Amino acid sequence: MLELNTNSPGQSSGGMVDPKIEVFPVKEHIVEIVSDSGEGAQKAGQSFGSISAKMGNGVWTVEIIPAEIQPPARSREGASGIRIRLGSHAITNMGDEADLVVAFNEQALYSRIGQQAFKEGTIILLENKWAEDKVPTVQKQYAEALADFESRGYDVREVPMETECLKIVDNPHHGKNMWVLGLLSFLYNRDLEIAEAQIARIFRRKSQKVVQSNLDLLHAGFKWAQANLGFQYDIPAQEKGLDLVVMNGNEALGMGAIAAGIELCSMYPITPATSVSHYLAEVFESAGGVVHQAEDEIAAIGFAIGASYAGKTALTVTSGPGIALKTEFIGLAVMAEIPLVILDVQRGGPSTGLPTKVEQGDLLASIFGQPGDSPTIVMAASSIEECFHFVIMARKLAEAFTMPVFVLSDANLATGVQPFPKPQFNPDWLAPPVDQSNWKEGVPPYNWDEKTGLSQRPVPGQKGGMYVLTGLAHDEDSHVAYQSDINQRGSNRRSRKLAAFHQTLKTPVVNGDDEGDLLVVGWGSTRGSIEEAVAKVRESGAKVSSLHLRFLCPIEPGLKEIFKKFKKVITVEINYGDEADDPLITAETRRYSQLAWYLRAHTLTEVDFFSNVHGQPMRPGAIVERIRKELAL
Amino acid sequence: MFGLRPDAVLAVPEKYYTLSDYEGNIPRWCPGCGDHSVLTAAQKVCRENQLAPEKTVFVSGIGCSSRFPHYMKTYGFHGLHGRAFPVACGIKFRRPDLHVFVATGDGDCCSIGTGHWIHAIRYNMDMTVMLLDNEIYGLTKDQTSPTSRKGTTSNTHPTGSVLPPINPIITTLGVANVSFVAQTVDWNPAHLYATLMAAYQHPGFSFVRILQRCPHFSAEVYADAVTDANQTLLLNHENGIELPKGVERMFKNTEEHDPADINKAREFAGIQDMIPIGLFYQKKDNERYDEYGRHNLGFSIEAKEAALMNEFEKYAV
Repeated sequence: MLELNTNSPGQSSGGMVDPKIEVFPVKEHIVEIVSDSGEGAQKAGQSFGSISAKMGNGVWTVEIIPAEIQPPARSREGASGIRIRLGSHAITNMGDEADLVVAFNEQALYSRIGQQAFKEGTIILLENKWAEDKVPTVQKQYAEALADFESRGYDVREVPMETECLKIVDNPHHGKNMWVLGLLSFLYNRDLEIAEAQIARIFRRKSQKVVQSNLDLLHAGFKWAQANLGFQYDIPAQEKGLDLVVMNGNEALGMGAIAAGIELCSMYPITPATSVSHYLAEVFESAGGVVHQAEDEIAAIGFAIGASYAGKTALTVTSGPGIALKTEFIGLAVMAEIPLVILDVQRGGPSTGLPTKVEQGDLLASIFGQPGDSPTIVMAASSIEECFHFVIMARKLAEAFTMPVFVLSDANLATGVQPFPKPQFNPDWLAPPVDQSNWKEGVPPYNWDEKTGLSQRPVPGQKGGMYVLTGLAHDEDSHVAYQSDINQRGSNRRSRKLAAFHQTLKTPVVNGDDEGDLLVVGWGSTRGSIEEAVAKVRESGAKVSSLHLRFLCPIEPGLKEIFKKFKKVITVEINYGDEADDPLITAETRRYSQLAWYLRAHTLTEVDFFSNVHGQPMRPGAIVERIRKELAL
Repeated sequence: MFGLRPDAVLAVPEKYYTLSDYEGNIPRWCPGCGDHSVLTAAQKVCRENQLAPEKTVFVSGIGCSSRFPHYMKTYGFHGLHGRAFPVACGIKFRRPDLHVFVATGDGDCCSIGTGHWIHAIRYNMDMTVMLLDNEIYGLTKDQTSPTSRKGTTSNTHPTGSVLPPINPIITTLGVANVSFVAQTVDWNPAHLYATLMAAYQHPGFSFVRILQRCPHFSAEVYADAVTDANQTLLLNHENGIELPKGVERMFKNTEEHDPADINKAREFAGIQDMIPIGLFYQKKDNERYDEYGRHNLGFSIEAKEAALMNEFEKYAV
């Protein structure tokens, strides 16, 4: 059950030694808290992740979110929760099966079992109040589940969570989560001062009474575990290097907006993008920005375009269905050459799809989503750190190339928490003041450079720059095209801007050897899992490497040459593609996953793929399995 | 020297703008189109208020009337069908120093852009809105509009439209935070100009519906009203639209209407036998979203850096 040194308790990281407590040193652990929706499992888990990061561990968290706000209690589909993977090294993904699970009821565990979240030996700390429930069927379900869990090889420990919480609060429904945080704080020997500070922060808008009661719960959970569990894990801190910050991907996007000097976030609520605006709503005003909640997705981008046009490059943040609605305005920003930052936190699609679950389904929609030719820059963050930096870059690119720039994130990055080196502020990050100098006489509003298609743009307030922006095809003077060659020329200039930008991109660096039997290509949030999987398979001597793309449009240079050096190239991504052996699927009918399709067209190389739309982050274990299959290992 | 204080500054306008400073491309509207007179009135409003052309933005959607910005020599934004309001609001929200005008049509505003129209009224940002209502789709060639009267024959309803029209004045008056609602006609340039002047000067979202003739597709709808003074009802009040005495005398029917009275305004807006023109409603002290937008403009680089550092601190490990 427990992996290492079961006979020799080590020095715990917090420095506390208690001879009655067995301490197991481990390099990393995956912890889950699973509950009914609304029981605060995510709050407890995010706090546990933050505390662990603050203590120097590598951390990655991922939320388990049901679609409904309050699904029926004890329903398998309604399971809500969080996974925290923590280790003595940098953690880049959610990992495979959990080592330890805290469950508020046994039924919620079944949804996780369905997703192969546990393994033989996984420790389950289970709320035991259901054993005595006044409803006989509940008692029966509980007893049956216990037997089932045992037969599956899980190591179940019953925990009187509610009984213990009732000693402190009247309604344990609100508070059990902080008791559990205390329990985990003991199990992983967390510094209680850091945990207390965390509680003070999450309840900062509540009364002192609420804060105190949650602190009491924390300590009670800690003490109960200390008195009753008899073991602890020791996950030493990473070597102290740079100063770190820790946050989730949506907070990083929001903080990136502040760092970019952006002064308007115009949005309409949509999961899983909304929390970017929640974060900004709290702090943006103190950085000269405002969050505008528009009447709909279309108005949100229109409002942002208005501000951008007037010289304050704005951002709009949305997810797939929002992108669909914004399509016409994106085309306008392309046609009229208005800078704009579009953050797309992707979810499952099409239509309303899987609102709370991850998918990388908007790649082709971002690149090709508009009618007509509509060149835009599309980049995808592959880590929380990149979420921050890409917003800064996106604003600059939007202004330099006068076009909308997509930053693609996804539900996995959105709620994933990971520490990264504290960014070193550079004043160049910030948007310059709006140019109100006189516009040079005789210079047209679209003063397209012959070679690059680039032009400066008059901003309202600039004397002599008055022109009428139009979504109609137009010439250099923004006059509506009445001659046949004008639209051709305008399209050509806009397209050429991407070619000009392409000149500035570097050939991506292969992770692993530059040649071999298999190259795994990814984009976005899957990087951590892919690289971990590749590293694992390489240990056995297999010739597999990986490549991760940040710029998808224009696509990073040199891919064809890189691909040539591998016998086989596959993409790993979270979107739909037909399996080669599906019914009716032939070389002619097969529809490829999005990056694979795009790379095939771009490089004329045989690129296959490993993809699915289960709504789950890609696990390294699944990728390992696929790599082995591809290599016939 | 000569008794002037050394720090005295004589304020002389840099330039006196004349009408030609606001005249852009030659309008491509049909001869006899009511849009021409609205354009002239708008240019006069700009000149009368000496609006710097570079500080003025005309925003429109799509449709005949939405070609408006092309014929002004200010900044112009000829955007998407139905979407003039979000763009205009975005401009005003972060650039309150700009004078914003919106030119929209009955299809643009009352059909495809209805949601934005309702919310723009509620935002109550300082801008002048001209709804050029000819009760028909012109640019796309004769389709029924939401303001077309029941029974209107068009290419989409060859045997006559089946639903009653939207009344844009009543609709506007029904929205929370409404602050200025007026109606005028393209064929009375003096009233049109005076109305647009009052709208421009109103601090907030001034909505002016302009009954506008389309000689091509809906010539009949206002034909009688143009020639028969009995068909128009002038709403008068000391707080209403200020008209030169001579102009007032042109109207046979006048009624006193206090623009502070929103219930009475709705009653007048609903009358069927005459075209009521004048100021239906005005309230100057409503909440303004552009004022909210203005409150934290102009942060220095240092202030922004400090805010960011504070965030790093909060999230530090």
